[in-house]
Parts: sequence; structure tokens; C-alpha cells
Amino acid sequence: MVVGRTGRQEEHADRVFRALAHPTRRDVLRRAMQGTLSVSGLARLYPMTTTAVQKHVAVLEEAGLVHLTRHGREQLVTTEIDTIAKAQSLLAEFELLWRGRLDRMDDVLAKPLGGASS
Amino acid sequence: MTVIAVDRDSVALTLTIVSEFDASVERVWQVWADPRQLERWWGPPNYPATLVDHALTKGGRVTYYMTGPDGEKLHGWWRIISVDPPRSLEFEEGCGPPNEELPATTAEVRLVETPAKTTMTIITRFASIADMEQLLGMGKGEGTRLAVGQIDAILAVMTAS
Repeated sequence: MVVGRTGRQEEHADRVFRALAHPTRRDVLRRAMQGTLSVSGLARLYPMTTTAVQKHVAVLEEAGLVHLTRHGREQLVTTEIDTIAKAQSLLAEFELLWRGRLDRMDDVLAKPLGGASS
Repeated sequence: MTVIAVDRDSVALTLTIVSEFDASVERVWQVWADPRQLERWWGPPNYPATLVDHALTKGGRVTYYMTGPDGEKLHGWWRIISVDPPRSLEFEEGCGPPNEELPATTAEVRLVETPAKTTMTIITRFASIADMEQLLGMGKGEGTRLAVGQIDAILAVMTAS
């Protein structure tokens, strides 16, 4: 939303920035963007306990950056953030395309009989 | 013309643009209803549009092609869902040959007259990311692929919406 920001949006932004303010959490998110991860698998990658990893994942989940699902005994970490980011960037391109069209519409409105066409 | 508001909904894949023109609602309607005026703004300057069919009636088709700098022609079409001159127009849009099987991207145009001005709301609901890439004229897989680990892009997304 380019128009006004609500308090709720600001709180969400705060949670995102807090979540990404830790190198381990950024690394977890990068890995989640490459494919589904398990919490226990993540715990083997970092010099910390499974509980500590779980806490980091919980912060990412609170910020809406990842989702946690249970699969048997495993807790799986997934993210759609790359899809959302891609959609945002495509929507931004369409916004530019439409802004160009609106500018040209303005020219047509100013010169309704201009041009060589009938 | 002033763009009053823009909403990019990346979950619903919907773009809403509200703009305001110093012209009557009948005058603004003409830029959609008159094919000679429509082709003057639809395509970008380096890809001007030429309208082939322009049937602004329910179920009617608008077909056009845009001619690129090398003479290449990009074909596009609309299928009119509803039309209520000079207030509203809704159509499916696509490029290349129409495909009835796939969900289509739709555009909705609403014109509202305010004193001495006309407010135009354009809502585009995209069928899919693939559809968005096709409409932007990108080849398969050449889209704006997000580099894995691009935290800047995530920040931009998460704090913009």
C-alpha cells in the first residue's frame, strides 16, 4: 500500500525488522527459500541446541516470514516469501505500465483531435 | 491527471490504481470507447498499439497488436464481461491467441464524476504470476526471478504492505 500506513502495518514492519536483525534467523530464512527444512535438521547446522533454533524459528513465524507445520515427529519450516516478493515486483512493473498509460491518456484528453488518424 | 492511490496486493495478485482527470466522465469514457483514442495511449511509445476489432458490448472482443522497434508484432485481446457507458467497463485480457481453458486476468474500470473532475479506478486481477509475466511480454523463465537470499527484497516487500 503506497497510501497511508496504519499502526498495524507499522507493528508488522517492526516484527519483520526484529526477526531479520539476527544472522541465524536470516540464514534460516535463506535456507527456507531454497526448500522445506526441518527444525532438527537446522539444529545440526548451527552450534546451538534444538530449543534455541526453535526460538529463532518462532520469531520468524511471528513476523509472518515462515510457517511451521508438523509432519510426524518432524517440525517443518516453509516460506512463501519468495513468491510474495516476486508478485510484488511484478505488480510494481504493472503499476509503472499503468502510470505510463495514464500519462498518455492525459495527452489524448488534452489533444482529442491530434495525430494523423481519423 | 493525478494518481491518488495505488494498492498492490501481492497475495490476491490485484493492482488497484485510482487517478483523477480534469475532464468530464463522458470525455474520459471516450479514451476507452473510441479505438483511435485508445490506440494512442494503450501501448508504450516504442510499442504503439493498432486496434483491429473494437466491440465494446457484452461478450464482444477488442483485438490489437503492438508494433515493436524491429517491426515485431505482439498481439493482444480483451473479451468484454460488462460495459455500462460512461461509468464502467470490465474485461478479460490476454496476449497471443485467446485460451478459454486457463483463468484469465481481468480489468475493471470505474468512472465517477466529481465536481469538474473524473475519478477513474482501474482494478486488475491477475490470474497467476505466469500470466503477469506473459502480459509483461517476458519469455518463459526470464521473469524477475528473485535471487535466493535477497534479504533486501524481503524487507522491501514486508515493510511496504
